[in-house]
Amino acid sequence: MLEEVIPVTPEILSGETAKIKYEGYKFITLSCVEMDANNVEILYHFDRDLQLKHFRLAVPKKTIIPSISPIYMAAFLVENEIQDLFAIRFSGLVIDFNRTLYLEDEIKNTPFCKYTVVESDSREISSPPDFDE
Amino acid sequence: MFKMTPNILKNFITEKATRLYPYEVKEPYDINRGELVNEIEKCNFCGICAAKCPSQCITVNKKTATWECALFVCVYCGVCVETCPQKCLHQKQTYRKPVREKEIIFMQGEVKAKDTPDGSESS
Amino acid sequence: MKRTIIPFGPQHPVLPEPIHLTLTVEDEIITEAVPALGFVHRGLEQLADLRDFRQMVQVVERVCGICSMMHAMCYAQGIEGLMEVEVPPRAKYLRVIWSELHRMHSHLLWLGLFADSFGFESLFMQFWRIREKILNIQEATTGNRIIVSVNVIGGVRKDLSPDQIRWMLSELIEVEQMIMNLGPTLFDDYTVKKRTVDKGILSGEKAMELGTAGPTLRGSGVSQDMRTLGYAALNELDFTPVTEKNGDCWSRCKVRFLETLQSIDLVRQAIARIPNGEINTKVKGRPDGEIIARVEQPRGEVFYYIKANGKKNLDRLRIRTPTFANIPALLTMLPGMWLSDVPVVVLSIDPCISCTER
Repeated sequence: MLEEVIPVTPEILSGETAKIKYEGYKFITLSCVEMDANNVEILYHFDRDLQLKHFRLAVPKKTIIPSISPIYMAAFLVENEIQDLFAIRFSGLVIDFNRTLYLEDEIKNTPFCKYTVVESDSREISSPPDFDE
Repeated sequence: MFKMTPNILKNFITEKATRLYPYEVKEPYDINRGELVNEIEKCNFCGICAAKCPSQCITVNKKTATWECALFVCVYCGVCVETCPQKCLHQKQTYRKPVREKEIIFMQGEVKAKDTPDGSESS
Repeated sequence: MKRTIIPFGPQHPVLPEPIHLTLTVEDEIITEAVPALGFVHRGLEQLADLRDFRQMVQVVERVCGICSMMHAMCYAQGIEGLMEVEVPPRAKYLRVIWSELHRMHSHLLWLGLFADSFGFESLFMQFWRIREKILNIQEATTGNRIIVSVNVIGGVRKDLSPDQIRWMLSELIEVEQMIMNLGPTLFDDYTVKKRTVDKGILSGEKAMELGTAGPTLRGSGVSQDMRTLGYAALNELDFTPVTEKNGDCWSRCKVRFLETLQSIDLVRQAIARIPNGEINTKVKGRPDGEIIARVEQPRGEVFYYIKANGKKNLDRLRIRTPTFANIPALLTMLPGMWLSDVPVVVLSIDPCISCTER
């Protein structure tokens, strides 16, 4: 039912996104769908003159996907949201909330997955930014 | 400058936009979706209202002929009133008064004899 | 220069809803703003697992109170698209009428709050008095003031009688008059200009790059309006999206003010052309497949991605609300602003946080 869907892989994602930005597309959002116990699918939605274009990225859970927020800055919020609610992590986010955008620190499971995945001690990957001079 | 002044002057002579609430109450429109009532004597406990309710506030038990509604879960959307096959659910035009504790309406109807074949459990 | 961190929100007099901004300030000038969300996250998207697709109409209405009608309309249009249901023409026109009334009351609410944000409290009350008239129309025609709950899959639940239409038109004349009276106050006043002109500038290219939506985008001179897609009966009505060039708070305010008047015009057009007939169709079966539905809300474009699998419950319901798209723009507007201008700039994108977090 979706008009124009391009399947992508994590390797070519950044390149394809940069291309589509050059073509003048506006970023809309990402939709993450849990397919089964081990797989999720992420749809990237773009728009140009009210014509939609989508990327479809199928990955197993617990994958680290390169973030597109260095290309489209607006993507950082939704990528943080997916990090919170699904068992997917993004690398290279412009602003990384480290699974605390919606959730509290102590929550380790993934609320929007029917087959929940417990996140390990992944919060220690990066410490919060230090504002002291 | 003084763009607001005509408006302010006009407000002195026009009627008030607000009302002194507990003493003056607004006339309800006859379409208002207010308090939910069930005429229990007409109800056949089919359970369609409970199945259709988006907030799942209604519990119906056909065997014991009881109808329960959790008032503070109800969102007053009016879906149950529209789908009731017996037309025994109604909504008043006025809203419930605020209360201090959560209430549940519990209604006991009479258990009908088995010979009426209608009122199958809805999906 | 020594940097200072100033927290803004989640409880702040100017914010109707909780959003937190960590503002890094040098002297009195903002250099960086980082948002923090999650104060009203309710997980309504996931309720699609527990409620069937018809009950979800009432659930998505509660995503946002102010634009409840548009959420339900967008969701219903998505499901109707999946099930290939043709909505009766009268229902389409009724949807336009109620959605434009909703846009009017939302914009009037915002205009009031915006006036309040720079301390013009009497203007705030004037706008809210006008809004009360719209709410009365909604209450008299649908049965509720804000959560009108008129949409069902396949049409609408309530109809308008000729008497109600006549009364509505006479009320709208009054509303239009009252809004026009406030126009000069809002746009020619010295103080209002001082507080809004050249504040929070967002250029057209930047707005497109950040994916903003609605009046925030149109205030920067980009003419993009989802209503031009012609959903419901909008393809039979004529209007052109309102745009302003400057991209500052004043332009966004003007766009919303003019859109309020445009909505009155659209309601009149819809009433003039409304056909007689059925208001809903029986919908049999269950949805299957995936679809995208887009509707223009008062704050911008709302984007629904619906995935169904032929069962009673939907597989996935994803809602992208306009404020979610406008927050990145807000973060780029704030650096360079004075700390005292932050409330005005934050309100100029019309933040609806319950929408954002769902």
